[in-house]
Amino acid sequence: MQPPAILAEALTKRYRDDAPPAVDRLSFTMPRGATWGLLGGNGAGKTTTIAMLLGLLVPSSGRVVVLGHDMARDRFAALARMNFSSPYIALPHRLSVAENLRVYAHLYDVPQAERRIAELAAQLQLTDLLDRPAGQLSAGQKTRVALAKALVNRPELLLLDEPTASLDPDTADWVRSWLERYRAETGCSILLASHNMGEVERLCGHVLMLKQGRVVDQGSPAALQERYGRDDLEEVFLDIARGRNREAVAP
Amino acid sequence: MNHDASRRPGARAALRRVWGLVYRHLALYRRSWPRVLELMYWPVLQMLVWGFVTSWLASGRYGAAEVGAGLLLGGVLLWEVALRSQMGFSISFLEEIWSRNLGHIFVSPLRPRELVAGLMAMSVIRVVVGVAPAMLLAWALYHFGIFAMGPVVVAFFIALLLMGWAVALGVTSLILRYGAGAEALAWSVLFGLTPFSAVFYPVSVLPAWLQPVALALPAAHVFEGMRAALLEGQVAWHHLAAAFALDAAWLALMAWVFLQQFQAARVRGALLNIGE
Repeated sequence: MQPPAILAEALTKRYRDDAPPAVDRLSFTMPRGATWGLLGGNGAGKTTTIAMLLGLLVPSSGRVVVLGHDMARDRFAALARMNFSSPYIALPHRLSVAENLRVYAHLYDVPQAERRIAELAAQLQLTDLLDRPAGQLSAGQKTRVALAKALVNRPELLLLDEPTASLDPDTADWVRSWLERYRAETGCSILLASHNMGEVERLCGHVLMLKQGRVVDQGSPAALQERYGRDDLEEVFLDIARGRNREAVAP
Repeated sequence: MNHDASRRPGARAALRRVWGLVYRHLALYRRSWPRVLELMYWPVLQMLVWGFVTSWLASGRYGAAEVGAGLLLGGVLLWEVALRSQMGFSISFLEEIWSRNLGHIFVSPLRPRELVAGLMAMSVIRVVVGVAPAMLLAWALYHFGIFAMGPVVVAFFIALLLMGWAVALGVTSLILRYGAGAEALAWSVLFGLTPFSAVFYPVSVLPAWLQPVALALPAAHVFEGMRAALLEGQVAWHHLAAAFALDAAWLALMAWVFLQQFQAARVRGALLNIGE
Protein backbone atom coordinates (compact mmCIF):
# COMPACT_ATOMS: atom_id res chain seq x y z
CA MET A 1 0.00 0.00 0.00
CA GLN A 2 1.26 3.48 -0.86
CA PRO A 3 2.11 5.70 2.10
CA PRO A 4 -0.12 8.78 2.43
CA ALA A 5 0.79 12.03 0.70
CA ILE A 6 1.27 13.72 4.08
CA LEU A 7 1.31 12.33 7.59
CA ALA A 8 1.58 14.95 10.33
CA GLU A 9 1.81 13.72 13.90
CA ALA A 10 1.43 16.13 16.83
CA LEU A 11 3.26 18.78 14.82
CA THR A 12 4.16 21.71 17.04
CA LYS A 13 6.12 24.89 16.39
CA ARG A 14 7.00 27.32 19.11
CA TYR A 15 9.11 30.30 17.93
CA ARG A 16 9.76 31.50 21.49
CA ASP A 17 9.52 29.71 24.79
CA ASP A 18 7.40 32.48 26.31
CA ALA A 19 4.94 32.71 23.40
CA PRO A 20 2.01 30.44 22.54
CA PRO A 21 2.83 27.89 19.83
CA ALA A 22 2.26 28.98 16.23
CA VAL A 23 1.20 25.40 15.49
CA ASP A 24 -0.02 23.22 18.30
CA ARG A 25 -0.09 19.40 18.11
CA LEU A 26 -1.39 19.34 14.53
CA SER A 27 -2.17 15.83 13.32
CA PHE A 28 -3.65 14.73 10.02
CA THR A 29 -3.23 12.14 7.30
CA MET A 30 -3.78 13.34 3.76
CA PRO A 31 -4.31 10.44 1.33
CA ARG A 32 -2.74 10.22 -2.12
CA GLY A 33 -4.58 11.91 -4.94
CA ALA A 34 -6.64 14.14 -2.65
CA THR A 35 -6.98 17.92 -2.72
CA TRP A 36 -7.11 19.39 0.74
CA GLY A 37 -7.50 22.95 1.92
CA LEU A 38 -5.82 24.65 4.84
CA LEU A 39 -8.08 27.43 6.07
CA GLY A 40 -7.65 29.92 8.85
CA GLY A 41 -7.35 33.60 9.58
CA ASN A 42 -4.12 35.53 9.67
CA GLY A 43 -1.80 34.01 12.26
CA ALA A 44 -3.73 30.73 12.38
CA GLY A 45 -0.58 28.78 11.51
CA LYS A 46 -1.04 28.03 7.79
CA THR A 47 2.32 29.39 6.61
CA THR A 48 4.14 27.77 9.53
CA THR A 49 2.48 24.45 8.74
CA ILE A 50 3.40 24.63 5.05
CA ALA A 51 6.98 25.62 5.93
CA MET A 52 7.28 22.55 8.18
CA LEU A 53 5.82 20.31 5.48
CA LEU A 54 8.46 21.65 3.08
CA GLY A 55 11.32 21.20 5.53
CA LEU A 56 12.00 24.98 5.54
CA LEU A 57 11.20 25.04 9.22
CA VAL A 58 12.15 22.51 11.88
CA PRO A 59 9.22 21.56 14.16
CA SER A 60 9.66 22.01 17.91
CA SER A 61 8.14 18.57 18.30
CA GLY A 62 6.12 16.10 16.30
CA ARG A 63 6.80 14.50 12.96
CA VAL A 64 6.10 15.02 9.27
CA VAL A 65 6.26 12.19 6.76
CA VAL A 66 5.82 13.21 3.11
CA LEU A 67 5.30 10.51 0.46
CA GLY A 68 6.79 8.02 2.91
CA HIS A 69 9.90 10.12 3.67
CA ASP A 70 10.47 11.38 7.21
CA MET A 71 11.24 15.08 6.73
CA ALA A 72 13.60 15.12 9.71
CA ARG A 73 15.90 12.48 8.20
CA ASP A 74 15.19 12.23 4.52
CA ARG A 75 13.79 15.54 3.35
CA PHE A 76 15.70 15.80 0.07
CA ALA A 77 14.17 12.54 -1.22
CA ALA A 78 10.73 14.00 -0.51
CA LEU A 79 11.61 17.42 -1.97
CA ALA A 80 12.53 15.83 -5.31
CA ARG A 81 9.00 14.43 -5.53
CA MET A 82 7.05 17.48 -4.44
CA ASN A 83 6.91 21.17 -5.32
CA PHE A 84 5.60 24.45 -4.06
CA SER A 85 4.22 27.71 -5.36
CA SER A 86 3.54 30.94 -3.56
CA PRO A 87 2.93 34.46 -4.84
CA TYR A 88 5.09 35.68 -1.95
CA ILE A 89 8.24 34.03 -3.28
CA ALA A 90 9.44 35.42 -6.59
CA LEU A 91 11.39 34.02 -9.49
CA PRO A 92 14.44 36.02 -10.61
CA HIS A 93 13.02 38.96 -12.55
CA ARG A 94 15.85 39.43 -15.02
CA LEU A 95 15.83 35.84 -16.21
CA SER A 96 13.47 34.95 -19.03
CA VAL A 97 10.61 32.54 -18.37
CA ALA A 98 12.51 29.77 -20.20
CA GLU A 99 15.71 30.44 -18.23
CA ASN A 100 13.81 30.33 -14.95
CA LEU A 101 12.18 27.04 -15.87
CA ARG A 102 15.52 25.66 -17.04
CA VAL A 103 17.12 26.53 -13.68
CA TYR A 104 14.45 24.56 -11.82
CA ALA A 105 14.56 21.71 -14.34
CA HIS A 106 18.25 21.38 -13.44
CA LEU A 107 17.65 21.73 -9.69
CA TYR A 108 15.03 18.97 -9.85
CA ASP A 109 17.13 16.92 -12.31
CA VAL A 110 14.25 16.72 -14.77
CA PRO A 111 14.98 14.41 -17.71
CA GLN A 112 14.50 15.91 -21.19
CA ALA A 113 14.16 19.35 -19.66
CA GLU A 114 13.57 21.27 -22.90
CA ARG A 115 10.74 18.95 -23.87
CA ARG A 116 9.16 19.29 -20.42
CA ILE A 117 9.43 23.10 -20.57
CA ALA A 118 7.80 23.19 -24.01
CA GLU A 119 5.06 20.85 -22.77
CA LEU A 120 4.32 23.02 -19.72
CA ALA A 121 4.49 26.19 -21.79
CA ALA A 122 1.89 24.79 -24.16
CA GLN A 123 -0.38 23.62 -21.33
CA LEU A 124 -0.17 26.88 -19.39
CA GLN A 125 -0.27 29.17 -22.45
CA LEU A 126 3.27 30.41 -21.90
CA THR A 127 4.82 29.58 -25.26
CA ASP A 128 4.80 33.19 -26.47
CA LEU A 129 6.24 34.36 -23.15
CA LEU A 130 9.22 32.03 -22.92
CA ASP A 131 11.75 34.67 -23.98
CA ARG A 132 10.26 37.48 -21.89
CA PRO A 133 11.97 38.45 -18.60
CA ALA A 134 9.88 37.20 -15.68
CA GLY A 135 9.81 40.71 -14.18
CA GLN A 136 7.93 42.09 -17.18
CA LEU A 137 4.93 39.78 -16.84
CA SER A 138 1.46 40.61 -15.55
CA ALA A 139 0.24 39.10 -12.27
CA GLY A 140 -1.73 36.44 -14.15
CA GLN A 141 1.23 35.54 -16.33
CA LYS A 142 3.51 35.35 -13.27
CA THR A 143 1.06 32.98 -11.59
CA ARG A 144 1.12 30.72 -14.64
CA VAL A 145 4.94 30.79 -14.67
CA ALA A 146 5.02 29.98 -10.95
CA LEU A 147 2.69 27.05 -11.62
CA ALA A 148 4.95 25.87 -14.45
CA LYS A 149 7.92 26.03 -12.05
CA ALA A 150 5.93 24.08 -9.46
CA LEU A 151 5.05 21.38 -12.01
CA VAL A 152 8.41 21.11 -13.76
CA ASN A 153 9.37 17.93 -11.87
CA ARG A 154 5.92 16.29 -12.25
CA PRO A 155 5.37 16.47 -8.49
CA GLU A 156 3.37 13.84 -6.70
CA LEU A 157 2.50 16.42 -4.05
CA LEU A 158 1.89 20.07 -4.75
CA LEU A 159 1.75 22.67 -1.98
CA LEU A 160 0.07 25.89 -3.05
CA ASP A 161 -0.02 29.02 -0.94
CA GLU A 162 -2.75 31.39 -2.14
CA PRO A 163 -2.59 30.15 -5.74
CA THR A 164 -4.94 32.85 -7.06
CA ALA A 165 -4.03 35.80 -4.85
CA SER A 166 -4.12 39.13 -6.71
CA LEU A 167 -5.59 37.60 -9.86
CA ASP A 168 -8.66 38.96 -11.63
CA PRO A 169 -11.74 36.67 -11.43
CA ASP A 170 -11.35 35.43 -15.01
CA THR A 171 -7.68 34.47 -14.59
CA ALA A 172 -8.35 32.99 -11.15
CA ASP A 173 -11.11 30.84 -12.64
CA TRP A 174 -8.76 29.69 -15.40
CA VAL A 175 -6.13 28.67 -12.82
CA ARG A 176 -8.70 26.75 -10.75
CA SER A 177 -10.02 24.91 -13.81
CA TRP A 178 -6.50 24.08 -14.81
CA LEU A 179 -5.66 22.70 -11.36
CA GLU A 180 -8.83 20.60 -11.33
CA ARG A 181 -7.96 19.14 -14.72
CA TYR A 182 -4.32 18.57 -13.78
CA ARG A 183 -5.22 16.70 -10.61
CA ALA A 184 -7.75 14.54 -12.46
CA GLU A 185 -5.22 13.70 -15.17
CA THR A 186 -2.17 13.02 -13.00
CA GLY A 187 -3.51 11.95 -9.61
CA CYS A 188 -1.27 14.56 -7.97
CA SER A 189 -2.07 15.33 -4.33
CA ILE A 190 -2.65 19.02 -3.65
CA LEU A 191 -2.64 20.91 -0.36
CA LEU A 192 -3.60 24.52 -0.72
CA ALA A 193 -3.79 27.38 1.71
CA SER A 194 -6.22 30.05 0.65
CA HIS A 195 -8.41 32.85 1.92
CA ASN A 196 -10.73 32.43 -1.03
CA MET A 197 -13.58 30.28 0.23
CA GLY A 198 -15.10 29.81 -3.21
CA GLU A 199 -11.82 28.41 -4.39
CA VAL A 200 -11.57 25.99 -1.47
CA GLU A 201 -15.19 24.86 -1.94
CA ARG A 202 -14.56 24.22 -5.60
CA LEU A 203 -11.17 22.51 -5.42
CA CYS A 204 -10.94 20.77 -2.06
CA GLY A 205 -12.49 17.50 -0.99
CA HIS A 206 -11.44 18.06 2.60
CA VAL A 207 -10.72 21.17 4.64
CA LEU A 208 -8.66 21.65 7.80
CA MET A 209 -9.90 24.68 9.72
CA LEU A 210 -7.03 26.18 11.73
CA LYS A 211 -7.26 28.59 14.60
CA GLN A 212 -4.39 29.54 16.88
CA GLY A 213 -2.32 26.73 15.48
CA ARG A 214 -4.87 24.00 16.08
CA VAL A 215 -7.28 22.13 13.88
CA VAL A 216 -10.63 23.26 15.26
CA ASP A 217 -12.70 21.42 12.69
CA GLN A 218 -12.36 19.49 9.49
CA GLY A 219 -14.36 17.75 6.83
CA SER A 220 -15.61 18.22 3.30
CA PRO A 221 -16.90 21.74 2.49
CA ALA A 222 -20.45 20.34 2.25
CA ALA A 223 -20.15 18.51 5.59
CA LEU A 224 -18.81 21.65 7.31
CA GLN A 225 -21.63 23.78 5.91
CA GLU A 226 -24.17 21.25 7.08
CA ARG A 227 -22.57 20.97 10.49
CA TYR A 228 -22.69 24.73 11.04
CA GLY A 229 -26.01 25.18 9.28
CA ARG A 230 -24.54 27.60 6.80
CA ASP A 231 -25.01 28.12 3.08
CA ASP A 232 -21.36 28.56 2.23
CA LEU A 233 -17.88 28.01 3.56
CA GLU A 234 -17.28 31.71 4.14
CA GLU A 235 -19.97 31.76 6.83
CA VAL A 236 -18.45 28.65 8.40
CA PHE A 237 -15.06 30.37 8.36
CA LEU A 238 -16.52 33.47 10.08
CA ASP A 239 -18.25 31.32 12.71
CA ILE A 240 -14.97 29.64 13.53
CA ALA A 241 -12.86 32.80 13.36
CA ARG A 242 -15.28 34.62 15.68
CA GLY A 243 -15.50 31.76 18.11
CA ARG A 244 -19.09 30.72 17.42
CA ASN A 245 -19.06 26.99 17.85
CA ARG A 246 -21.13 24.63 15.78
CA GLU A 247 -23.65 23.93 18.57
CA ALA A 248 -24.30 27.64 19.01
CA VAL A 249 -24.90 28.30 15.34
CA ALA A 250 -26.66 25.06 14.37
CA PRO A 251 -30.42 25.49 13.90
CA MET B 1 3.23 9.51 -11.58
CA ASN B 2 6.74 9.91 -12.88
CA HIS B 3 9.59 10.65 -10.56
CA ASP B 4 12.70 9.82 -12.57
CA ALA B 5 14.73 12.35 -10.61
CA SER B 6 14.77 10.19 -7.49
CA ARG B 7 16.14 7.22 -9.50
CA ARG B 8 19.17 8.96 -11.01
CA PRO B 9 22.68 8.28 -9.81
CA GLY B 10 23.42 10.62 -6.91
CA ALA B 11 26.62 12.24 -8.15
CA ARG B 12 25.23 13.04 -11.59
CA ALA B 13 22.07 14.53 -10.14
CA ALA B 14 24.14 16.54 -7.64
CA LEU B 15 26.34 17.94 -10.41
CA ARG B 16 23.25 18.90 -12.37
CA ARG B 17 21.79 20.75 -9.37
CA VAL B 18 25.07 22.63 -8.93
CA TRP B 19 25.01 23.47 -12.64
CA GLY B 20 21.40 24.67 -12.21
CA LEU B 21 22.55 27.24 -9.70
CA VAL B 22 25.53 28.29 -11.84
CA TYR B 23 23.29 28.54 -14.92
CA ARG B 24 20.94 30.81 -12.97
CA HIS B 25 23.76 33.28 -12.33
CA LEU B 26 25.26 33.06 -15.81
CA ALA B 27 21.81 33.81 -17.26
CA LEU B 28 21.62 36.81 -14.96
CA TYR B 29 25.01 38.14 -16.13
CA ARG B 30 24.06 37.58 -19.74
CA ARG B 31 21.13 39.94 -19.25
CA SER B 32 22.84 42.53 -17.07
CA TRP B 33 25.94 44.21 -18.53
CA PRO B 34 26.37 46.54 -15.49
CA ARG B 35 26.96 43.43 -13.38
CA VAL B 36 29.66 42.22 -15.78
CA LEU B 37 31.24 45.66 -15.86
CA GLU B 38 31.24 45.77 -12.06
CA LEU B 39 33.20 42.50 -11.99
CA MET B 40 36.10 44.12 -13.84
CA TYR B 41 35.75 47.68 -12.59
CA TRP B 42 37.60 47.53 -9.26
CA PRO B 43 40.46 45.22 -10.28
CA VAL B 44 41.14 47.38 -13.36
CA LEU B 45 40.86 50.61 -11.35
CA GLN B 46 43.22 49.26 -8.67
CA MET B 47 45.67 48.20 -11.32
CA LEU B 48 45.60 51.64 -12.96
CA VAL B 49 46.17 53.54 -9.69
CA TRP B 50 48.87 51.24 -8.36
CA GLY B 51 50.37 50.79 -11.79
CA PHE B 52 51.03 54.52 -12.16
CA VAL B 53 52.41 54.68 -8.61
CA THR B 54 54.67 51.79 -9.57
CA SER B 55 55.80 53.47 -12.80
CA TRP B 56 56.76 56.55 -10.85
CA LEU B 57 58.67 54.51 -8.24
CA ALA B 58 60.42 52.50 -10.92
CA SER B 59 61.50 55.56 -12.88
CA GLY B 60 65.10 55.02 -11.78
CA ARG B 61 65.79 57.73 -9.26
CA TYR B 62 65.23 55.42 -6.34
CA GLY B 63 67.58 52.51 -7.08
CA ALA B 64 65.95 49.36 -5.75
CA ALA B 65 62.55 50.88 -6.27
CA GLU B 66 62.00 48.87 -9.45
CA VAL B 67 61.92 45.65 -7.49
CA GLY B 68 59.63 47.21 -4.92
CA ALA B 69 57.33 48.32 -7.67
CA GLY B 70 57.00 44.72 -8.87
CA LEU B 71 56.10 43.69 -5.34
CA LEU B 72 53.36 46.31 -5.26
CA LEU B 73 51.82 45.19 -8.53
CA GLY B 74 52.06 41.52 -7.56
CA GLY B 75 50.42 42.31 -4.25
CA VAL B 76 47.59 44.21 -5.88
CA LEU B 77 46.88 41.46 -8.41
CA LEU B 78 47.04 38.57 -5.98
CA TRP B 79 45.00 40.33 -3.30
CA GLU B 80 42.30 40.96 -5.91
CA VAL B 81 42.03 37.17 -6.27
CA ALA B 82 41.11 36.82 -2.59
CA LEU B 83 38.78 39.83 -2.69
CA ARG B 84 36.95 38.72 -5.86
CA SER B 85 36.75 35.14 -4.63
CA GLN B 86 35.06 36.19 -1.39
CA MET B 87 32.77 38.72 -3.06
CA GLY B 88 31.91 36.33 -5.90
CA PHE B 89 30.63 33.77 -3.40
CA SER B 90 28.87 36.20 -1.03
CA ILE B 91 27.26 38.36 -3.71
CA SER B 92 25.95 35.33 -5.61
CA PHE B 93 24.21 34.30 -2.37
CA LEU B 94 22.90 37.85 -1.91
CA GLU B 95 21.51 37.81 -5.46
CA GLU B 96 19.14 35.06 -4.32
CA ILE B 97 18.00 37.22 -1.41
CA TRP B 98 17.56 40.32 -3.57
CA SER B 99 15.46 38.40 -6.08
CA ARG B 100 13.37 36.87 -3.24
CA ASN B 101 14.18 33.47 -4.70
CA LEU B 102 15.75 31.76 -1.67
CA GLY B 103 12.47 30.12 -0.66
CA HIS B 104 12.33 28.29 -3.98
CA ILE B 105 15.98 27.30 -3.76
CA PHE B 106 15.66 25.90 -0.24
CA VAL B 107 12.56 23.81 -1.03
CA SER B 108 14.26 22.27 -4.05
CA PRO B 109 16.39 19.12 -3.63
CA LEU B 110 19.55 21.29 -3.70
CA ARG B 111 21.59 20.25 -0.65
CA PRO B 112 23.45 22.93 1.38
CA ARG B 113 26.79 21.47 0.21
CA GLU B 114 25.61 21.76 -3.40
CA LEU B 115 24.56 25.34 -2.79
CA VAL B 116 28.08 26.00 -1.50
CA ALA B 117 29.61 24.21 -4.52
CA GLY B 118 27.51 26.35 -6.89
CA LEU B 119 28.56 29.54 -5.11
CA MET B 120 32.21 28.44 -5.27
CA ALA B 121 31.89 27.81 -9.01
CA MET B 122 30.40 31.29 -9.47
CA SER B 123 33.23 32.69 -7.40
CA VAL B 124 35.83 31.14 -9.73
CA ILE B 125 34.03 32.54 -12.78
CA ARG B 126 33.88 36.00 -11.20
CA VAL B 127 37.57 35.87 -10.27
CA VAL B 128 38.59 34.96 -13.82
CA VAL B 129 36.37 37.62 -15.42
CA GLY B 130 37.41 40.24 -12.88
CA VAL B 131 41.15 39.65 -12.54
CA ALA B 132 42.12 38.62 -16.10
CA PRO B 133 41.60 42.13 -17.57
CA ALA B 134 43.68 43.62 -14.72
CA MET B 135 46.49 41.13 -15.47
CA LEU B 136 46.41 42.02 -19.15
CA LEU B 137 46.49 45.70 -18.25
CA ALA B 138 49.50 45.18 -15.97
CA TRP B 139 51.31 43.46 -18.80
CA ALA B 140 50.28 45.95 -21.51
CA LEU B 141 50.84 49.18 -19.58
CA TYR B 142 53.56 48.36 -17.08
CA HIS B 143 55.26 45.28 -18.58
CA PHE B 144 54.52 43.36 -15.40
CA GLY B 145 53.74 39.71 -15.97
CA ILE B 146 52.51 37.96 -12.83
CA PHE B 147 53.43 34.57 -14.32
CA ALA B 148 57.09 35.64 -14.45
CA MET B 149 57.19 34.31 -10.87
CA GLY B 150 56.84 30.84 -12.34
CA PRO B 151 54.23 28.09 -11.94
CA VAL B 152 54.11 28.76 -8.19
CA VAL B 153 51.81 31.68 -8.95
CA VAL B 154 49.04 29.15 -9.69
CA ALA B 155 49.43 27.81 -6.14
CA PHE B 156 49.25 31.39 -4.81
CA PHE B 157 46.04 31.93 -6.77
CA ILE B 158 44.47 28.74 -5.42
CA ALA B 159 45.50 29.47 -1.82
CA LEU B 160 43.94 32.95 -2.00
CA LEU B 161 40.83 31.62 -3.73
CA LEU B 162 40.35 29.15 -0.85
CA MET B 163 40.86 31.89 1.71
CA GLY B 164 38.21 33.98 -0.07
CA TRP B 165 35.76 31.07 0.19
CA ALA B 166 36.45 30.60 3.90
CA VAL B 167 35.74 34.29 4.57
CA ALA B 168 32.67 34.14 2.32
CA LEU B 169 31.29 31.16 4.25
CA GLY B 170 31.65 33.26 7.41
CA VAL B 171 29.91 36.24 5.79
CA THR B 172 27.09 34.03 4.47
CA SER B 173 26.67 32.56 7.95
CA LEU B 174 26.26 36.08 9.33
CA ILE B 175 23.67 36.84 6.64
CA LEU B 176 21.80 33.66 7.62
CA ARG B 177 21.99 34.79 11.25
CA TYR B 178 21.26 38.51 10.89
CA GLY B 179 19.48 38.69 7.52
CA ALA B 180 20.24 41.04 4.65
CA GLY B 181 21.19 43.68 7.25
CA ALA B 182 24.59 41.97 7.34
CA GLU B 183 25.07 42.30 3.58
CA ALA B 184 27.51 45.25 3.89
CA LEU B 185 30.01 42.71 5.24
CA ALA B 186 30.14 41.13 1.80
CA TRP B 187 31.98 44.21 0.55
CA SER B 188 33.95 45.20 3.59
CA VAL B 189 35.14 42.25 5.63
CA LEU B 190 38.17 41.25 3.56
CA PHE B 191 39.31 44.85 3.21
CA GLY B 192 39.46 44.84 7.02
CA LEU B 193 41.95 41.95 6.86
CA THR B 194 44.28 43.78 4.43
CA PRO B 195 46.56 45.32 7.12
CA PHE B 196 47.19 41.88 8.65
CA SER B 197 47.60 39.99 5.40
CA ALA B 198 51.09 41.33 4.64
CA VAL B 199 50.04 42.19 1.10
CA PHE B 200 52.44 45.11 0.60
CA TYR B 201 54.97 44.60 3.41
CA PRO B 202 56.45 41.61 5.27
CA VAL B 203 54.93 40.25 8.46
CA SER B 204 58.09 41.37 10.32
CA VAL B 205 57.02 45.01 9.84
CA LEU B 206 53.99 44.43 12.08
CA PRO B 207 54.27 44.85 15.86
CA ALA B 208 55.32 41.60 17.55
CA TRP B 209 51.94 41.09 19.20
CA LEU B 210 50.19 41.36 15.85
CA GLN B 211 52.41 38.95 13.97
CA PRO B 212 50.68 35.77 15.22
CA VAL B 213 47.39 37.22 13.93
CA ALA B 214 48.95 37.76 10.51
CA LEU B 215 50.53 34.32 10.48
CA ALA B 216 47.13 32.74 11.20
CA LEU B 217 45.92 34.06 7.84
CA PRO B 218 46.75 32.09 4.67
CA ALA B 219 47.23 35.36 2.78
CA ALA B 220 50.25 36.42 4.88
CA HIS B 221 52.05 33.20 3.87
CA VAL B 222 51.10 33.63 0.23
CA PHE B 223 52.53 37.16 0.15
CA GLU B 224 55.67 36.12 2.01
CA GLY B 225 55.99 33.44 -0.66
CA MET B 226 55.42 35.99 -3.42
CA ARG B 227 58.20 38.21 -2.05
CA ALA B 228 60.54 35.22 -1.88
CA ALA B 229 59.74 34.40 -5.51
CA LEU B 230 60.19 37.97 -6.73
CA LEU B 231 63.20 38.98 -4.64
CA GLU B 232 65.12 35.72 -4.36
CA GLY B 233 63.72 33.69 -7.22
CA GLN B 234 62.88 30.90 -4.76
CA VAL B 235 59.76 28.98 -3.87
CA ALA B 236 59.16 29.30 -0.13
CA TRP B 237 57.63 25.87 0.27
CA HIS B 238 57.11 26.22 4.01
CA HIS B 239 54.99 29.33 3.47
CA LEU B 240 53.03 27.63 0.71
CA ALA B 241 52.40 24.58 2.90
CA ALA B 242 51.34 26.83 5.79
CA ALA B 243 48.96 28.74 3.50
CA PHE B 244 47.22 25.54 2.35
CA ALA B 245 47.10 24.05 5.85
CA LEU B 246 45.52 27.25 7.18
CA ASP B 247 43.10 27.30 4.25
CA ALA B 248 42.02 23.75 5.11
CA ALA B 249 41.55 24.65 8.78
CA TRP B 250 39.64 27.89 8.08
CA LEU B 251 37.47 26.24 5.43
CA ALA B 252 36.57 23.37 7.76
CA LEU B 253 35.74 25.77 10.58
CA MET B 254 33.69 28.13 8.41
CA ALA B 255 31.86 25.25 6.70
CA TRP B 256 30.88 24.01 10.16
CA VAL B 257 29.73 27.51 11.16
CA PHE B 258 27.73 27.79 7.91
CA LEU B 259 25.97 24.46 8.46
CA GLN B 260 25.22 25.38 12.08
CA GLN B 261 23.74 28.72 11.02
CA PHE B 262 21.78 27.10 8.20
CA GLN B 263 20.23 24.66 10.66
CA ALA B 264 19.61 27.46 13.19
CA ALA B 265 17.85 29.47 10.45
CA ARG B 266 15.59 26.46 9.80
CA VAL B 267 14.75 26.32 13.51
CA ARG B 268 14.06 30.07 13.79
CA GLY B 269 12.09 30.21 10.55
CA ALA B 270 14.57 32.72 9.15
CA LEU B 271 14.60 31.06 5.73
CA LEU B 272 11.02 32.29 5.28
CA ASN B 273 11.92 35.97 5.53
CA ILE B 274 15.66 36.27 5.21
CA GLY B 275 15.36 39.34 2.99
CA GLU B 276 14.12 41.45 5.86
